[in-house]
Amino acid sequence: MFENISLAFQGIWGHKMRSALTMLGIIIGIAAIISIVSTIKGTNEQIKQNLIGAGNNAVEVQLYQGDESYEFSWNAIPKGVPVLDETRREELAAIENVEDASLYTYRSYADNVFYQNTAFNGYVYGIDMHYFSVYGYYVQWGRNFVERDFTEHKKVVIIDQTVMSTLYPNGVNPVGTCLEIAGSPFTVIGIVDQKSSFEPVIKNMDDYNMYRTDSNGKIFIPGESWCIPYQFDEPQNAVLKAKDTDSMTNVGKAASDLMNGSLNVARGSNITYKSEDLLKQAKDLQDLSNSTNQQLIWIASISLLVGGIGVMNIMLVSVTERTREIGLKKAIGAKKSRILWQFLTEAAVLTSLGGLLGVGGGILMASVISRIAKTPTAISVPASVIAVVFSMVIGVVFGLFPAVKAANLNPIEALRHE
Amino acid sequence: MILELDHIFKDYPQGKLTVPVLKDVSLQVEEGDYIAIMGPSGSGKTTLMNLIGCLDVPTSGTYILAGKNIAKQNENQMAEIRNRYIGFVFQTFNLLPKLSAQDNVALPLLYAGVGKRERRERAAEALRKVGLGDRLNFRSNQLSGGQCQRVAIARAMVGNPTILLADEPTGALDTKSGEQVMEIFRQLNEEGVTIIMITHEPDIAMHAKKLYHIRDGVLTGPEDRSEDD
Repeated sequence: MFENISLAFQGIWGHKMRSALTMLGIIIGIAAIISIVSTIKGTNEQIKQNLIGAGNNAVEVQLYQGDESYEFSWNAIPKGVPVLDETRREELAAIENVEDASLYTYRSYADNVFYQNTAFNGYVYGIDMHYFSVYGYYVQWGRNFVERDFTEHKKVVIIDQTVMSTLYPNGVNPVGTCLEIAGSPFTVIGIVDQKSSFEPVIKNMDDYNMYRTDSNGKIFIPGESWCIPYQFDEPQNAVLKAKDTDSMTNVGKAASDLMNGSLNVARGSNITYKSEDLLKQAKDLQDLSNSTNQQLIWIASISLLVGGIGVMNIMLVSVTERTREIGLKKAIGAKKSRILWQFLTEAAVLTSLGGLLGVGGGILMASVISRIAKTPTAISVPASVIAVVFSMVIGVVFGLFPAVKAANLNPIEALRHE
Repeated sequence: MILELDHIFKDYPQGKLTVPVLKDVSLQVEEGDYIAIMGPSGSGKTTLMNLIGCLDVPTSGTYILAGKNIAKQNENQMAEIRNRYIGFVFQTFNLLPKLSAQDNVALPLLYAGVGKRERRERAAEALRKVGLGDRLNFRSNQLSGGQCQRVAIARAMVGNPTILLADEPTGALDTKSGEQVMEIFRQLNEEGVTIIMITHEPDIAMHAKKLYHIRDGVLTGPEDRSEDD
């Protein structure tokens, strides 16, 4: 076998030009497929990133009534939904594949938040010590919350970049200023920013809508101080940081199950905790893009068929050219099977080499496409391996006929061949 | 008796007719014999050579080589027999141009399943024996005709076959190279190698110990010439 392979390489090297031309069909076919697959994979990664946020892997578990998210901005707190304590949070953090967990309350409609005469239209969050770490916020100026801010119900607030730029337009330092939240004065102690673990790729309205939610900014107060402006300790939502993107679905399920265990709502109220399965949404979108692109792969496969026929053609020429050699080999004792394998190996090595070059060409092409069309591409290792193996199979399939022809040559006639 | 042809007939179909090429050929070869078969072209000598070389089977009659009835072997067994018992030397050498002399000589051992290191060693040894120990890595286009034929002889002998079968071994060579080849044959025969040589050149046939003639498919002989040498 090894002997055959090294002989095959000698044969290919001996006819460089011819071998290159033969491989061309395979190279182009494989390159086309690899570049398509890379583009698909890139698009898929992008979808996943845009939807989930690479690196964050935050799983949100929120209260729902039926399929509608249940918000306290305009709904009363339902009976039987308890405020969760630290023990419950630790249980959430102990779920498999969870790195950290945080409990928080929020208003998506910030009622009565003012800086001097300017109203604020963003989100208000009542958070715990873990929230910033789960979402990757860090303090840019001023200070973070400390233990005492929570235990002593301090009226302190941290704002984000967007809020700073909208409420403090003239370069005023927000630290130390006072925000009025539902009638209560809160002192700004710090400004946070989110580690941008990825740049959202915004190419159309859908992409834009996906990010729009953050546009008004967020302000954060200690969860323990929530009842000062909003009268009640409200039942919290949870956010969990999953170890990796793929475990998000399971983490969401486990967390909502755990939180639903603490619910004691009236039957038929239809109030449950649910986690939005972003992974599934991403998958659905990916499936859509896959199905269109798979048709492209089929078209590209036709060029592989043409390449395979080219290989068969050249192998037939090669068999005719080497008739005497085959005759001699048979005369000195080469069995049929050995001649068969010799030519099959040569065809397979030729096309595998073409496949390898095609993968290289495809990767190159994909990177050029991504430059020009500004779409992301990602190299798929399994696809590359499959491509090379498939090229080898093409070699075997299309090399079979010439190889059988060679193996069946009559040695007497073959030796007499001019 | 290492080789026995017994009432061999060989017909070839030609259109609707069958043309008899060999007619009742019988030949017995002892170990250590050196036989020349002479005949003009079209006499059936190449057909006889193909039969003896196990490249073809007779239409009727029996051919026993090393105790095996050749007519009863399948294609793979025939290949094995050729590999083990017969060393071919052709008029046109039939060396593989892409391989070195050493690799050419090692080829039959490859088919015999000999390991790579041993193949190379035995091929080098066989080339030394024909006086080409310094040409191991030369290709056929870097060698003279005589040298090519000596490589071919080394290839024929490397597997220690029972018979050396030579078809016009000097046909493509000048007189001097031809004499060299004949000298190697003589030495091999002295060492006990059985040689069957087919030729139409009387000068070359004279080197053999026994001389047969073939004409129109009929074999006559032997003229025993061992005393003349």
